[in-house]
Amino acid sequence: MTKLTSRLCCLLCVLSQNVNAEEALIAVATNFFNSAKQIESSFERSTQHQVTLVSGSTGKLYAQIRHGAPFDAFLAADQERPRLLEGSPFGVGNSRFTFAIGQLALASARPEHIKADAQESLRQRPNGPFAVANPALAPYGAASREALQSLQQWSALEGDIVLGESVGQTFAMVATGNVQFGIVALSQAMNPVHSNAVSYVRISTLLHESIRQDAVLLSHGKDNLAAREFLKFLRAEVTQALLLDSGYGVE
Amino acid sequence: MPDLAPLWLSLALAGVTTVVLLILGTPLAWWLAHTSSRIRPVIEAVTALPLVLPPTVLGFYFLIILGPGTTIGNFWVQVTGDALTFSFSGLVVASVVYSLPFMVQPLQSAFESMGRAPLEAAATLRASPLDAFFSVAVPLSRHGFVTAAVLTFAHTIGEFGVVLMVGGNIPGKTRVISIAIYEHVETLNYAAAHWLSAVLLVFAFTVLFLVYALKRRLAIRVG
Repeated sequence: MTKLTSRLCCLLCVLSQNVNAEEALIAVATNFFNSAKQIESSFERSTQHQVTLVSGSTGKLYAQIRHGAPFDAFLAADQERPRLLEGSPFGVGNSRFTFAIGQLALASARPEHIKADAQESLRQRPNGPFAVANPALAPYGAASREALQSLQQWSALEGDIVLGESVGQTFAMVATGNVQFGIVALSQAMNPVHSNAVSYVRISTLLHESIRQDAVLLSHGKDNLAAREFLKFLRAEVTQALLLDSGYGVE
Repeated sequence: MPDLAPLWLSLALAGVTTVVLLILGTPLAWWLAHTSSRIRPVIEAVTALPLVLPPTVLGFYFLIILGPGTTIGNFWVQVTGDALTFSFSGLVVASVVYSLPFMVQPLQSAFESMGRAPLEAAATLRASPLDAFFSVAVPLSRHGFVTAAVLTFAHTIGEFGVVLMVGGNIPGKTRVISIAIYEHVETLNYAAAHWLSAVLLVFAFTVLFLVYALKRRLAIRVG
């Protein structure tokens, strides 16, 4: 009898948890997708909720949200798009916060090109194309240009620069050895999968405006517990530690 | 092995799009081939227009035209209860427009090269226009149909920019194979990208090879 009661209790427990379990569709800027996947798996281990991540460029995801995409939350690569959404019927007011701060790295497929610091590596760089994400399209690109300007290298490089559509494309140009040098996201360069393909040196965050990546709850997910909990989980200590280890700064 | 769900989704999309376009494109191509109307060049130009705009831009306009706030989008919501954008149906609508020239142009030239004589002969034998179409025109233009269907199917499989915008990369619903590969590349998951690309290329080659091989046999047997 007691066995039966305990089994019933168990069943009730499971049922009630399932009642609370929700699913959310979360739009994530591509540069953050790998980290978001790690966060997703630890989130799903610690709660009953399920999230599905959808990656895309911040600009495309923004346009889709404004045209009715069923996303519950948005993890952008910049602050501008979440700010615009927050002030529109598509976003939830006062739900915006910075979940990560992007950092830059100077990267090359040839280890001998990477010196003790970025300044030194740039001064001794071989001639040839230099990859940067398009400053007009990618927040990492705009920061890359600022950093090069602060280092007074921008005008010297200008004729050699090739623009990637995104920081992902820029990384591909460097990792495949098609360009000797490029500025990529530190999180990409630190990705263990590519530790053999790419050598890098950090670029000081003092050289450029900080690349603050903001998240915002969307109207579609206003009452979605999974989306709300996931956003809360982004700020949890365990997540922040993971982000620091993957090449991001945190607040 | 990577997740193959995007491949099946692409096949479903390309299959449905090809069938829909065979139904819609055939009468249009037929009309274009036989009309002497003055608006014919206008319709021909409109049919070719999907080739002009960059696919992501075309996709952006689909978002604007098909969104739930618009007449078409709203009508769809009323009828089906679902939004047209970010759904499989939305991908079909976008693909039908995007692949339209690949269906209409080969069919139109097939109908034109057939000429009017076989149809007139059929008419003298008291065949109704519909009967003449199915028992004379279709068999005579079978190469045109095969070419149009293959081009439409292949073009839809390779479609990227439009579906990226209208579909929104939602796993199991709108993440087709081209988008899955792009996502693997953009998130630096190159090994998975290589795998999916290899699967896609081998599959596409096999299908195209079979179609062209069968087309030749068809020609020998009938001709």
